[in-house]
Amino acid sequence: MSLLDKVIKPLVDGMGITGKRLGHEKETIMYPEEKREQFERTRWRHVLTRYDSGLEKCIGCSLCAGACPARCINVVAAENTDEERYSPGERYAARYEINMIRCIFCGYCQDACPTGAIVLRKDFELANYDREDFIFTKEMLLEPIKEE
Amino acid sequence: MPKRVETVVLHDSSMPAIPGAEKGGNFIVTSLETLVGQARANSLWPVTFGLACCAIEMMSAADPRFDIARFGSEAFRATPRQADVMIIAGRLSKKMAPVLRQIYDQMPEPKWVISMGACASSGGVYNNYAIVQGADQVVPVDVYVPGCPPSPDALIYGIMKLQEKIKRGRAKTMSDLRLIELNPTPQEVMSV
Repeated sequence: MSLLDKVIKPLVDGMGITGKRLGHEKETIMYPEEKREQFERTRWRHVLTRYDSGLEKCIGCSLCAGACPARCINVVAAENTDEERYSPGERYAARYEINMIRCIFCGYCQDACPTGAIVLRKDFELANYDREDFIFTKEMLLEPIKEE
Repeated sequence: MPKRVETVVLHDSSMPAIPGAEKGGNFIVTSLETLVGQARANSLWPVTFGLACCAIEMMSAADPRFDIARFGSEAFRATPRQADVMIIAGRLSKKMAPVLRQIYDQMPEPKWVISMGACASSGGVYNNYAIVQGADQVVPVDVYVPGCPPSPDALIYGIMKLQEKIKRGRAKTMSDLRLIELNPTPQEVMSV
């Protein structure tokens, strides 16, 4: 009797819970194969966007660099000429570098940008082996020109 | 050329160079090495060591929703002597640095280090007198995971990168050195 109470019954009870859970929906996101839907306002990797005409939105004003609390953005501006036109305004960003490893993805650069050039998208797969690979240059950040 | 191989790839803290391995000999040893690499990569036990808020994300990477047990990393060891990988989760203050180094020294070889988050990797916003500007000033770091904090899936991606590195093992040819090409190009990233 005591064996039944002390050993068998708890075992059956415990297995009962296991059995009940067997039918439940699986909670795990099988990450590399299946990615979870990111939240609407998730901020990850930066992208420098373009106008539909293909011109860059960035005008090289360095407001993003000023707003950055981690001081991880470096902008060097240059004058547009009629022969070499990158953005609609007077100036464009000749160099645009973000130190991804120092960036805290706060989105202040996105808020500060007067033309909406820099946006934080949802690509989070940024891990890498070397520090040097985390300096994202303008070529890496710039959106490719849309082909019609 | 082989000399360059050693300097570039053997940044991996756990892989001391064996002379002569690149000469094409050691067939059995290299095959065994591949096997050992697979075994090591698929049971990376992290040491239970959280420094700050990134540790919360590290813990939630172990929960059923993200489940790093699928990668063999669920066993957070409470002693460094049973751990393979140290996830530096959080800002490393200068006072904590000798402790971190001691824990690293207590881990048995082979051992790897993941620097998780902006603060551990570079100091992040804390560019001040109290915080070490990058944990790689104290211990050799294998994988850096950016983010503040990195979400559990970003950390899992970092663990996958580390597994890739361990499975690759020691570089034998120049093609093993194509680390950069394994990373997605900006165009591929953009299409996500």
